[in-house]
Amino acid sequence: MKNLEQTTDEILELAAEHFKVPRASLQAKDDFFKKLGIDSLQALELLTRLENHFGVELPDYEVAGVSDFRTLATRIQARL
Amino acid sequence: MAIDEYAGRSLGWAVADGIVELALDQPRANEIGLTMLEDLERFAAALPDLESQASALIIYSKQKAGFSAGADLVQLYTFIEQRDATSAAKEVRGFLERIHAVLNRIDTSSLTTIAAVHGVCFGGGFELALTCDLIVADKMARFCFPELRLGLIPGFGGIPRLKRDVGNGVVRDLLLTGRSINATKALDTGLASQLAAEGEALRLARATATQITKFDRGASAAAKQFIKPLPAEELHREIDIFCRLFPLPAVIQGLRKFVEEKSAYPYLP
Repeated sequence: MKNLEQTTDEILELAAEHFKVPRASLQAKDDFFKKLGIDSLQALELLTRLENHFGVELPDYEVAGVSDFRTLATRIQARL
Repeated sequence: MAIDEYAGRSLGWAVADGIVELALDQPRANEIGLTMLEDLERFAAALPDLESQASALIIYSKQKAGFSAGADLVQLYTFIEQRDATSAAKEVRGFLERIHAVLNRIDTSSLTTIAAVHGVCFGGGFELALTCDLIVADKMARFCFPELRLGLIPGFGGIPRLKRDVGNGVVRDLLLTGRSINATKALDTGLASQLAAEGEALRLARATATQITKFDRGASAAAKQFIKPLPAEELHREIDIFCRLFPLPAVIQGLRKFVEEKSAYPYLP
């Protein structure tokens, strides 16, 4: 099973690919709304991308209040 | 007068080879307010003529954000703020009755109807998709009834229609948690009939519609009428419940939060 670091890395990779930014520009502690300049509709796109990739369901209320990649990763990790 | 093709402010339609295509096209996410309601009413008025020359209807969106994010909450908030409670409640009921008339007409069309859904399919947008016989869901589609977040229930007929399509447990999950589900879950629960690769929902819907054009229109219409009754009594009750909740403080608070939210969060719980 993946560990948290691996999950975090994959999330950063997926986010970079989806929003077409350099992977090196993203770090685990970044606020993804601010760093990527996205709103909640676009955050839902990322959520869908992550659910499809990891094969999990992540209810959006679990993501409420989450804004950094590492915390997002812990939410996903809890469902792997 | 026959209207085989129409380009309105928020949508357009065309018919070719026995298939009607209704394209929603209002930035940013096909929010359903007065403009789209008027255009949908034009579409409903054109349906008898379209039904005489076609077998299938595809409803899809040209907006990148998705099929539809639902009711135009900014317009609704502005509307409430400009009126006293009694006038607002009366006019909201009037709006609901108009939208129900349109959605009921699409629901009971003799055409076999297909919603090709990508991106957000929330609230009233989800309710529009649910009028269709089939939903083809893009892998990036998300379905949601967020109305409880606003102190409301779905008011465009969503609950009776969703109950028609999926188990009550799924209805309770979506309604009572207000969470969104992805297309894979939609397929697993029977809400969606097909799952499309990203960007392919319309193509799959067209292939399905082409197949439908091979069947006798009368037989298809008879089969549909038999298996898909309109839940008329529950649809009326839904309007009543919505209108009872509408004047309560939670609604204006929920709408104010959505409209005035300066962070990126409006569509998240």
